[in-house]
Amino acid sequence: MFKKSCLSAGIAALCIYPLAANAASDADLQSIREQINQLKQSYEQRISQLEQRLQQAEATSKQAESVATQVQATAQQANTQQTPTSPPTSEGAFNPAMSLILTGTYGGLQRAPTLPATGFAMSANPGHSQGFNLGESELGIAATIDPDYRGVATLSLAPAGGVTVENAFVQTSSLGNGVNLKFGRYFSGLGYLNEQHAHAWDFVDQPLVYATLWNNQLGEDGVQLKWLAPTDTFIELGGELGRGRGFPGSDRTKNGAGSGVLFAHIGDDIGIEHSWRAGASLHQTRRVNVISTAVPDVLGTVGGVTNSFSGDSRTAGLDFVWKYSPNGNTANRYLKVQGEYFQRKESGMLTYDAGIPAAALGPITDTYANTQSGWYLQSVYQFMPNWRTGIRYDQLDPGTASLGAGIATKIVSNYGFTPSRATWMLDYSPSEFSRLRLQLARDNSRLGLPDNQLFLQYIMSLGAHGAHQY
Amino acid sequence: MNKFIILALLFASGTAHAALSVFACEPEWASLTQLLAGDKVSLYTATGALQDPHRVEARPSLIAKARRANLLVCTGAELETGWLPVILRESANAAIQPGGTGNFEAAKYVQMLEVPTHLDRGDGDVHAMGNPHIQTDARNFIPVADALSKRLIQIDPANTLYYQQRLTSFNLLWRTAINRWEKQAAPLKGMPVVVQHRGFPYMNNWLGLKQVAELEPKPGMEPSAAHLGQVLTEMQPYPVKMVLRAAYQDGRPSEWIAQRAHLNAVALPYTVGGTSQAVDLFTLFDDTIAKLLAGSK
Repeated sequence: MFKKSCLSAGIAALCIYPLAANAASDADLQSIREQINQLKQSYEQRISQLEQRLQQAEATSKQAESVATQVQATAQQANTQQTPTSPPTSEGAFNPAMSLILTGTYGGLQRAPTLPATGFAMSANPGHSQGFNLGESELGIAATIDPDYRGVATLSLAPAGGVTVENAFVQTSSLGNGVNLKFGRYFSGLGYLNEQHAHAWDFVDQPLVYATLWNNQLGEDGVQLKWLAPTDTFIELGGELGRGRGFPGSDRTKNGAGSGVLFAHIGDDIGIEHSWRAGASLHQTRRVNVISTAVPDVLGTVGGVTNSFSGDSRTAGLDFVWKYSPNGNTANRYLKVQGEYFQRKESGMLTYDAGIPAAALGPITDTYANTQSGWYLQSVYQFMPNWRTGIRYDQLDPGTASLGAGIATKIVSNYGFTPSRATWMLDYSPSEFSRLRLQLARDNSRLGLPDNQLFLQYIMSLGAHGAHQY
Repeated sequence: MNKFIILALLFASGTAHAALSVFACEPEWASLTQLLAGDKVSLYTATGALQDPHRVEARPSLIAKARRANLLVCTGAELETGWLPVILRESANAAIQPGGTGNFEAAKYVQMLEVPTHLDRGDGDVHAMGNPHIQTDARNFIPVADALSKRLIQIDPANTLYYQQRLTSFNLLWRTAINRWEKQAAPLKGMPVVVQHRGFPYMNNWLGLKQVAELEPKPGMEPSAAHLGQVLTEMQPYPVKMVLRAAYQDGRPSEWIAQRAHLNAVALPYTVGGTSQAVDLFTLFDDTIAKLLAGSK
C-alpha cells in the first residue's frame, strides 16, 4: 500500500512540478495543460485507479493515527478489492484445531488431603494438592475428519511427567434425524458436570459427590448413542456401553461390556432471560475384586484394614441447571444455579482382611450391601463483566451397610456422620482466555477433622478456543 | 376407510404447505429472510438485539430448534464461533453442517474490512476473517440478499418464481432506501466519533464517519479507567461530538466518557430490535441515521 501511495504521490508531483517551473508563460502553460490532458486521457484508467487507492490510503492513514494495525488490514482489503468472497470458516480453519490449557494451583490445607470422607474409604478420593503445584496441562486436538466424522483428542500432561489420554473419540456428524454416535474414550454423558473439562469448572475442585462416587468424573472407553427428539423443547435420550474402566468400574480383560449408562435430558428457555436443563441418569457396572486399603474397622485396627469387594454397583442421578441473565446478555451479568443428586446401591461379597494370619481374623468373606448418596447445590453470579463469585454446599450420606454374619462384627455398618462442605469462590477473567481464582472452603467431610482450605488457581487457554457446552 | 382417506389427504396437504424451517443466528438475518421468503418460511431467531452476539450460550432450546432447521442463516466470519459449533454438533442435523446447502454465512458475500495481517491474541478478540459486524452498512444487504435468495431457491425450488419476485421487489425498495439514507446522512461525512467496541467499521466506511478512538483497550476487553483516561487525551485534537455503542453493550463506559468530554452517548440499535423504533431492516437504518444525526448536534 505504502508503495502505491508513493507512486501516486510521485505522479502528482511530476504533474505539478512543470506547472510551477513554467508559470511565467501563458502559452507554455497552455501547452503543458494540453500535455497533461493527453497524459490524463492515455492514462485515465490507471490514474483513476491510483486516485481511488490514494483516497483509500488517505482514509486509512487517518485511522492509523489511533490504530496502526488497521492500516495493514485495510491495505490487505485494498489489495483484495477484486475478490469479494472469503474462504469458508469452520473449526478446521486451524486444521486441526489445537488448544493447550495451562493450569496451576496453590493449595493451603490444614489436614492431609489423603484422608477420605468418613464412610467413603471404599470410594474414590482424588484429594487435593498442597502448596504450589502445576495442574494438569491439557492438550486438545480436534478436527473434522471427513464429511461423516469428527475426531477429538485430549491429552493430559501430568506435572510429574507422563501423558494420559483423557479423551480420544470420534463423533458422527452426518447421521441426521437427531442421532449422534460417539465412540472411543469420552466423558460419560451422565449428570450435568460429568462432561465438563476441568478448565470449565466453576470451582477449583469437583463437588464431594463427584469426587467420591465418580473419582471426579467418569471416563469410559465405549460407544455412546444419543437421540435428540424433533420437538421445540429440548429432549435428548442417550445410552452408553463401555469397558467399565472408570471408577466405580473395575478394569478387566474379557469380552462384552463392563458398564452401561442411560440418560435423559430436557431443557428449554423461559422468555429470553431464563434457560434451564434437567436430567436423569442411571449407571450400572459390575465390580470385581476391588481392593480398598486403610479402611477403618469396628476393632479399630491401626492403619485400617484391606477390603476386597465384588458385586453390582447401580447409581441413579438427577441434575438440573437454571441460568438467568438480564436481557439474555450473558456478557454483562448472569446467575447460574445448579444441583445434582446421586444415589449408589452396591451389593455383593466383601472380603475383610486385617492382614493378620490368624484363623479368627484371617480373610473373611460375606455378603455386603449399602446405599450411599450425595448432593450439591451451587450458584455462580457474574456481578459485572469479567468478575464472578460463587457458593457451593456439598453433602454426603455414607448409608448403613447390611452385612453378612461373618463380617458383621468387623465392618463398620453405620458411621453416624454426615460429611459436608461449604465453598466460596471469586474469579476474574481478564479475557475469554484467562481466569484467576480464589477459593475458600470449610471442609467437614471427615469426622472430627474439620479443615479450612484455601486455593489460588490460574487457568489459561492457548490456541483454538472451542465453543463451550451449556 | 373414508376417514382414513381424509386423514391421509389432510396429512398430504399439510406437508405440501409445510414451510421451510429457518434458524437465523441474528435478528438482521431473520428480517432479511422474512423479506425474501415471506410465508414460505417459519423463522426462529437465536439471539436478541440486546445480547452480545459473541457471547451466546449453547442453550438446549437452540439445539432443539437447530435439529429441525432446513436452513441456517448466520453472519459467519467467526462471529458465532463461541456457541454455534456446539449447536451444530449436538443438533445432529446433517442438512445444516458447515459447507452444506443448509448452512448460509452472510459474511462470505461481502467485502470484509479489518482483515488482520497477523493473528495474535495479544491484540484481543480479533477475527481472522475480518470484522464480522457487516450488518451496519446497508449496502452489504444487496449481495447477501442475492445469495440468500439463490440459496432459498436451491433448497425449495418449487417456489423459485416467488423468491425471485420477492428479491426483485426487495432490491428496488432497498436501493431507493439506500439513496434516501445516504442523502440524510450526508452531514455526517468526515465527522470524528469515538466507539465503545470496534463494531462499526462498515457503517463508518459507508457513511464516512471517522473513528478516532475506542473505549475497549483491545477488542472484547472491558474498558478500564486507565484506558478511558487515555482515550480522553487521544480524542483531544478532534472535534468529537458523540460516542457510539451498540444497544447490547453496557452503557457505563460510554456515559462516563460522555460526561467528562461533553459528548452525546449514542446507543445505536445495531440490529433489528435494538431500539423500539428498529422493528425491521428498513426502520433499523432509519433509526440508526436518526440517532446519529441527533447525536451529532
